[in-house]
Amino acid sequence: MANLATSFIGIKSPNPFWLASAPPTDKEYNVVRAYKAGWGGVVWKTLGLDGPPIVNVNGPRYGAVWGADRRLLAMNNIELITDRPLEVNLREIKQVKRDWPDRALVVSLMVPCDEESWQTILKRVEETDCDGVELNFGCPHGMSERGMGSAVGQVPEYIEMVTRWVKKHSRMPCIVKLTPNIADIRRPAEAALRGGADAVSLINTVSSITSVDLDSFSPEPSIGGKGAHGGLCGPAVKPIALNMVAEIARNPETRDLPVSGIGGVTTWRDAAEFMALGAGNVQVCTAAMTYGFRIVQEMISGLSQYLDDKGMSGVDQLIGRAVPNVTDWQYLNLNYVTKAQIDQDACIKCGRCYAACEDTSHQAIAMKPGRVFEVIDAECVACNLCVNVCPVENCITMKELPLGATDPRTGAVVGPYANWTTHLNNPMAKAAE
Amino acid sequence: MTTAAPNSPLSPGIVAGRLPAEALAENFGDIAPVMDMHEARVAADRCYFCHDAPCVTACPTAIDIPLFIRQIATGTPEVAARTILSQNILGGMCARVCPTETLCEEACVREAAEGKPVEIGRLQRFATDTLMEAGVHPFTRAAPTGRRIAVVGAGPAGLACAHRLAMKGHEVALYDARPKAGGLNEYGIAAYKVAGGFAAAEVEWLLQIGGITLHPGRALGREITLEGLRAGHDAVFLGVGLQGVNALRAEGEAIEGVRDAVAFIADLRQAADLGALPVGRDVVVIGGGMTAVDAAVQSKLLGAETVTILYRRGQERMSASRDEQEHATASGVRIICNAAPVAIRGAGTVREVVCAYTTEGADGLKLGPETFTLRADQVFKAIGQQLAGVPGVLALTGGKIAVTGAGRTSVPGVWAGGDCAAGGEDLTVTAVAEGRDAAEDIHAQLAGA
Repeated sequence: MANLATSFIGIKSPNPFWLASAPPTDKEYNVVRAYKAGWGGVVWKTLGLDGPPIVNVNGPRYGAVWGADRRLLAMNNIELITDRPLEVNLREIKQVKRDWPDRALVVSLMVPCDEESWQTILKRVEETDCDGVELNFGCPHGMSERGMGSAVGQVPEYIEMVTRWVKKHSRMPCIVKLTPNIADIRRPAEAALRGGADAVSLINTVSSITSVDLDSFSPEPSIGGKGAHGGLCGPAVKPIALNMVAEIARNPETRDLPVSGIGGVTTWRDAAEFMALGAGNVQVCTAAMTYGFRIVQEMISGLSQYLDDKGMSGVDQLIGRAVPNVTDWQYLNLNYVTKAQIDQDACIKCGRCYAACEDTSHQAIAMKPGRVFEVIDAECVACNLCVNVCPVENCITMKELPLGATDPRTGAVVGPYANWTTHLNNPMAKAAE
Repeated sequence: MTTAAPNSPLSPGIVAGRLPAEALAENFGDIAPVMDMHEARVAADRCYFCHDAPCVTACPTAIDIPLFIRQIATGTPEVAARTILSQNILGGMCARVCPTETLCEEACVREAAEGKPVEIGRLQRFATDTLMEAGVHPFTRAAPTGRRIAVVGAGPAGLACAHRLAMKGHEVALYDARPKAGGLNEYGIAAYKVAGGFAAAEVEWLLQIGGITLHPGRALGREITLEGLRAGHDAVFLGVGLQGVNALRAEGEAIEGVRDAVAFIADLRQAADLGALPVGRDVVVIGGGMTAVDAAVQSKLLGAETVTILYRRGQERMSASRDEQEHATASGVRIICNAAPVAIRGAGTVREVVCAYTTEGADGLKLGPETFTLRADQVFKAIGQQLAGVPGVLALTGGKIAVTGAGRTSVPGVWAGGDCAAGGEDLTVTAVAEGRDAAEDIHAQLAGA
C-alpha cells in the first residue's frame, strides 16, 4: 500500500486531504466529525478581530448551479468569516489540536491591513498550538468591501506587506490563500513569496452570480429581491484552479513555492490531478458540503490504489509529475497530426458528431446510408469536437499519423517536431538551426 | 376497509364481482402515472438530441421528439405539447397506447447504447397532460372557407382528419355509428391505459378547435350513405375502422360463453361498475395481438382464476409487442404458442377448449396430431377484424379500402384512412397520421379547385 502521509511545509498529516477554510470547519463539532471520518487536516474557518461578532445575512447565503438531476455542479456563497466569538474559536482550536495531534490544523485569518491587528491576532492564535496559519486574501464578497479578503489579494504589494508582518510576528508556518479574481495569478504568488510565505493555497472562490430569478428578476441567492455577487466553488471551477496551480508551479520565480490545491476537488482523481500539477496537498469544501465528510474514504482508497497501480510508494512521487508537460502554445508540436477515427461497432448512431462537425466545424464527417458516420480525413483538422460531443466513451478517438505519412488534408508529409517559433508563417520566427 | 366481494376467482361460470371494489379500482387504475416535473427533467436530460433522429423516423406521425424533449428539459412542457400536437393531435392518447417499444423507443440510440431508451412515451404524456390539464387548446381556426366535409368515423383517423380540416377553416360534419366519439380510443383499448375517462376528455378538448359538428349514432349504410354524403359535401373522409370479426372456424364456436374480445373490451370500457361485469373463472383468449393481450389481462384483473392466451404460431410472430407479452405474463396470464383450438366443448355453456399443436412449414400452418384440453368457461376470440359495411363502389385491396397517395380512394372526392384503409399498421398513431395527411390532401385539392 502506498503511503499517503504528507508533510506540507513541515505540517504532517496522515493523508493529503484537508478541509478548506469554510463552513465545514467553523467549530469543534464539525472538525471532530471530519477527523473521525478520516480527513488528514483542516483549515479552520477564518477568524477575524476580537470585538462585536460578524453579522451574516439571514436569508439564503448559498446559490447553486445544478445539472438536470440536481447534481451540484457549482455553488456560490455570500457568507462572511466566522460569526462566532474569537475566544470560543481559539478555545476549541486548542482543544481539538490537543485531542488530535496527528492531524493537521491550520487556522485561517483575516484582519484589517495594519500591523498591529495582525500582531494581536497572531499572538492569540499561536497560543492554541495549531500547526500554522492561512492568510485569507481570497474571499471576494462582503469582507472585500471592507478592505480585506480579495481586496488585499488583488494587490500584490499588500500581499507582500501583510505576509511580511505575519512572518515577523509569528514563528508559525504561513500559507497565503490567493484569489482567482485577478489577471495573472503569478503576480500575487510572487508577492507572497517575497513576503516570506511558506506556501500559497489556491484558488479561493470566483466572483459570480449563479442565476437570475426570471419572475422576480433578482440575482440568486436572493435576499428579499436583491442579490450581491458571491464566490463560486465546486466542480465547475476546477479547470480554472488547475491552470492557476500549474502557472505557479512552472513559473521560474515560484516553482519551489509549495502549493495547496483548492477548487472543485470532488474525487481522488481530482486530487491526483492537482498534485500532478504541483500541489503538495489539496483542500476540499464543496464536495464535503454536498455529500458529507464520508467522501474522504473514497479519496483515500482511490488515491491509494492509483499510486499502487503506478508503482509509486508515496504522494511525493506524484507531486509535480505533470508540470514539465505544461508549456506555452508556441512550443506545441505543429507536426503532431491526428485524425478522428470512429469505431463503428461502438457507434450508437446518434449523429451528434455529424451535426457538430457539419454545422460548427470543418464538414469532415460524412453521413452515409444506414446512419453510418465516417470521418473524411481530407477535411479533418483533428479539432476533437466530435470526441467531445460523442456520448460513447472511446467511440471516437484521435489516431496519430506516423512520421513520414502524408496528411490527406494538407498534402504535407508529417515531419519531426517543429513549433511556431520556427514556423515560416511566423514573422518573429527564429531561423531553424 | 375492504368490502367483501359477492364472488371470488374460484366461483364457477361467468359471474360478476369476483374481486372487491377496492381491488378492482386498483387493478384498473392508471398503469403508468404521469411523471412529475423533476422526473421528467431527469428523463429528458437523457436525450442526446440526435441529428436526424431515428425516433422521429420511427414515429408514424413524425413528431419532432428531440425538440419536444429539449423543451421539457428547459422547463416549457406547454411548448413541448404544442410541438407534439402540431404533428399528432391525439398525442395525449398516443403517449398512452403507442407500442413505443416497437416505434420511437426501439429506435432510440440509448436503446442501442445501454438497452434503456429515453422514456419518450412517458415524456410525451407529461407534456400533453400538462397542457390539457390547463384546459388550453393551442390551435386556432383559419378564416372559414365555406367548404363542408363529411368525416365518417370519430376514431383516431377521423378525429385527426376533422381537426386538421377544421383548423384550415373548413366546416366538418363528424359522424360515428356509436353513441360516443373516440372509436377504439373509447371502446377498444385496455382501461388501465386510459384511466380517468381520458378518451372522452381528449375528444372534448380536440373539438375546442371549433367548426366540427359531431353526429353520433349515425352509421354508414344505416342512417347515412356515401352517395348522400358526397352530394351534400365537398369531400368525404372514411375512417370507419374494421367492424367485422373474423370467424374461428372451430367446432363449437356458437356455444354460449364464446365472445368477440373487442365486444368484451367495449363492455368493460363502458361499464359504470366493473364489479357488475361478469367474467369467467377459466378464460381462454384466442389470438396473438394487442386485443388478445388487452382482453386477457383485463379478465385477470377482473378476477378470473386462470387466463390463457392461445396463439397458433410461434411467439415471435405475435403482433402484440414483447412488452405487451411481458405485461400479460407479469399479470398472471399464461401464453401458449404454436397451438390452435380445434373444438370448443360444453353442454349449453363452454366447458373446455380442445387444442392441437401446430407446425409451420413452407406450405403454411398445419395442425399436428397431438392435442390437449384447456378448462374454460369463457372464450374470447381476438383473431382480427375485417372491413364491413362499406359501399361496393369503393375498390378494395387485401380486404381493405384501396388508397393512393394521402388516402385517395377509387371514388373521386372520397378519402379513407385508419384501419379501414390499406397500408400501414393498424395502430392509433398510424390512423392519426393517415387522417391528418388526408386532411392536408383534401385541403390542397379544395384550394386548387
